[in-house]
Amino acid sequence: MSYIPHTDVERQQMLAAIGVTTIEDLFEAVPSAHRFPRLDLPAPLSEMEVAAELQALAEANEHAGDFAIFRGAGAYHHFIPAAVNHILLRGEFYTAYTPYQPEVSQGTLQATFEYQSMICALTGMDAANASHYDGATSLAEAVTVALEVTRRKRDKIILSPAIHPHYRAVVRTYHQGTGVRIVGDAGRADISDLTDMLDEHTAMLAVAYPNFFGRIDDLKGLAQKVHAAGALLVMVVNPMALGLFKPPGQLGADIVVGEGQPLGIPLSFGGPYLGFFAVREEYVRKIAGRIVGETVDQDGKRAFVMTLRPREQDIRREKATSNICTNQGLMALAAAVYLSLMGKHGLRQAAELCYHKAHYAAQQIDALPGYQVDQSKPFFHEFVVKCPRPVDAINRHLIENGIIGGFDLGADYPHLQNHMLVCVTEMNTRAEIDALVQGLKEAAND
Amino acid sequence: MTEPLIYELSAAGRRGALLPAIDVPETALPAELLRDDLDLPEVSEMQVIRHFVKLSQMNHAIDKGFYPLGSCTMKYNPKFNEDMARLPGFALLHPLQDQDSVQGALALMYTLQTWLAEISGFKAVSLAPAAGAQGEFSGILMIRKYHQERGDTKRTKILVPNSAHGTNPATVTMAGFQAVELPSDANGDVDLAALRAACDDTVAGMMITVPSTLGLFEGHILDVIRAVHDCGGLMYMDGANMNALMGIVKPGELGFDVMHYNLHKTFSTPHGGGGPGSGPVAVGDKLKPYLPGPVVEIVEPASDEDDAPLYGLRMPEKSIGRMKAFYGNFGMHVRAYAYIRIHGADGLYNVSRHAVLNANYLRVKLRDTYRVPYDRICAHEFVVEGHFPDVENVHALDISKRLIDFGVHPPTNYFPLIVPEALMIEPTETEDKATLDNFVEVMKTIAAEAREHPDRLRSAPHTTPVSRLDEVRAAKQLVLCCRPIPEWAE
Repeated sequence: MSYIPHTDVERQQMLAAIGVTTIEDLFEAVPSAHRFPRLDLPAPLSEMEVAAELQALAEANEHAGDFAIFRGAGAYHHFIPAAVNHILLRGEFYTAYTPYQPEVSQGTLQATFEYQSMICALTGMDAANASHYDGATSLAEAVTVALEVTRRKRDKIILSPAIHPHYRAVVRTYHQGTGVRIVGDAGRADISDLTDMLDEHTAMLAVAYPNFFGRIDDLKGLAQKVHAAGALLVMVVNPMALGLFKPPGQLGADIVVGEGQPLGIPLSFGGPYLGFFAVREEYVRKIAGRIVGETVDQDGKRAFVMTLRPREQDIRREKATSNICTNQGLMALAAAVYLSLMGKHGLRQAAELCYHKAHYAAQQIDALPGYQVDQSKPFFHEFVVKCPRPVDAINRHLIENGIIGGFDLGADYPHLQNHMLVCVTEMNTRAEIDALVQGLKEAAND
Repeated sequence: MTEPLIYELSAAGRRGALLPAIDVPETALPAELLRDDLDLPEVSEMQVIRHFVKLSQMNHAIDKGFYPLGSCTMKYNPKFNEDMARLPGFALLHPLQDQDSVQGALALMYTLQTWLAEISGFKAVSLAPAAGAQGEFSGILMIRKYHQERGDTKRTKILVPNSAHGTNPATVTMAGFQAVELPSDANGDVDLAALRAACDDTVAGMMITVPSTLGLFEGHILDVIRAVHDCGGLMYMDGANMNALMGIVKPGELGFDVMHYNLHKTFSTPHGGGGPGSGPVAVGDKLKPYLPGPVVEIVEPASDEDDAPLYGLRMPEKSIGRMKAFYGNFGMHVRAYAYIRIHGADGLYNVSRHAVLNANYLRVKLRDTYRVPYDRICAHEFVVEGHFPDVENVHALDISKRLIDFGVHPPTNYFPLIVPEALMIEPTETEDKATLDNFVEVMKTIAAEAREHPDRLRSAPHTTPVSRLDEVRAAKQLVLCCRPIPEWAE
């Protein structure tokens, strides 16, 4: 397959116009000793052959299309209405680029504005940007905003250990060069332990809602404590849970970030996903990334445009607070289409289905000999199961029975050896949940 | 033509998607934790489809017409790649499954790492970065950690030519370094004397885009690399413009220490209206232990030829860490794999040859009408000045907006900053001669109009759903969300 349209005749005409004999003549500025190296790549194949090769690779994976899946831990298997993908496949959306020229980009711009509006509605915040790469990088960018808001006079960041381990790792990657102190997440600190760490050096405190273990912590009074210390409250949220639970804006959050993947984006082995990012109004001018605003054209017609551009790297260069350029435009579109299709009632219903099914599963598993589920705190669609044997042994048994079991917490949380994080969504039927319970029962004695 | 907001189509009680009835006993909801209202639209599926289809029709896109947006490589996006990324075995694969159950995905990533290393002439690749800007960031963090591990802590500067993408200096600051800007010489190359004067033991490295944002192969690239290496610095190549280099030269063989790819540019994983991108980073031996992770490695070699090895995910020994959750934008890796597999070595070489042929053809055809400030053989793109000495008050912006009326997306304008009224033109290899000839005619028509009917340019575009926008109002009277947000009592 070639996507190059040139004929021999055209090539000759073009070379003659340029005034050279061969295309190779155009590369004389490249050091001759290094010019035209051999590329050791496999021979080209036709579309048919590549399709067969990739299908074989795809089928070598055990995926949620063929298996009942109870794994979440930051990536979730939810229902995606067929219409989402059909809109994403509109060439006018996916073969366009950043809407630098608003007159020919109103489609992307208005869809992004609608996405921002829906993120504000979900989170209860005043403003959202057009997205970051994923939930983890959104959190890392929130740290930058908190440092900027406190004018880099504060250098301490408090992270809850119940924030996704990958997110905490990404915060450390992003901020390894700037002398920020990251504390709070080394042990088993709960919310009150975290607020005890607040002091005059603290720029922000971040908690997850629901937390990594699926629980809804009691956050009453948290915002007041954080604000009293002069710091910002950052909440890492699951957007599906916000179909049901109080919005973080109501809980006093200053910055709300999270992974938008549950909103119409497939698992896709971890990416591309969608980092949403919302703030209270007073911080809008401090945030990074593209932002779409409403305005009018010369005739007074409503129109949309990228705004607050002088914050961005291509204009502010070394004074920009982030180098982000491209974001996750198409994934933001997916979320906008998804939230439109699900709507006010559909998202609530999906969240309730997750809740009820997860609680049914938790009760059944807790009743099994050898297994324990701590149900003392409210939880959404994930819960921690204490298992009688190592989690990987149990999961090996489950997968032989067509089930992808829960996430093994032992590697990231040493005190949780033999603990499994189970996720149940609206995609799991009662029959699947019963099969999981049966599988766990068998695995206890294997 | 404008389209209402999706919220303006909403009517109380209307439903789009339906879900199955509940099939388990219900558990009481914790009333005190629940939200009162959820302000999302209430619309039918057909309303949603018509709305977003109408919005899509307000966009220019590669699928609709010529898109010579310099430095962005707006080439054809093969439909096949989209189908491959949507295969259930890829699209429905959870990132935290046990390694035995994801061997197909890991094999694909391992192979792509190998191919990207081969194309660039480097030793190792990490697919972790989510976009080019993240690739840059990871590269500069690796340089930082490399010096620190050697106890060489006084290197605080990164040199950046003034023709660099804005991401480069922003990246330098983000990584905790100071950006030092280098001038360009009369040919558009790095000013070697200024470079040599700047090179000392406080220099951690240099970031340079090859070919440059002027669309030029750096005339003395080996001298530049030597000067920086001689003072103990490392060389970062911004690989945004790799579409000019495949099978032409391997940056790793020139002596670069690290570079990033933009898969959405060179390997045509689509731009998506502004992402998702993918920015794999490639390194030589020095920086290999510092790669962002995890990367895919062979854990157990194949026992015989017909068998596959066992692949696993590993953090490199001195890794700078994770760039994002999980392993990079895997869906983009699948598309890039398909693209490389279909082309093979000769195909990729042809891509770069024709990208450069097309750019030079346009440069030669346009240079009598528009000033080309660095008029020498170019790479995959070139820059012209979007103004005329004999016409007042017609700017690159006006030419850009007028191009829209002819069905052409404007070139990148006002970049690079070192060219006045810059129009940066990158045709890519997938455009045919007829399209290029038409573009030349349109550019000549616009140049003539600039003299005869300048207002036609100043008031352009005339054919779009909206005319030029009030961008000042957008920034001053910020409206970023169309719904009232409740006043929350703390």
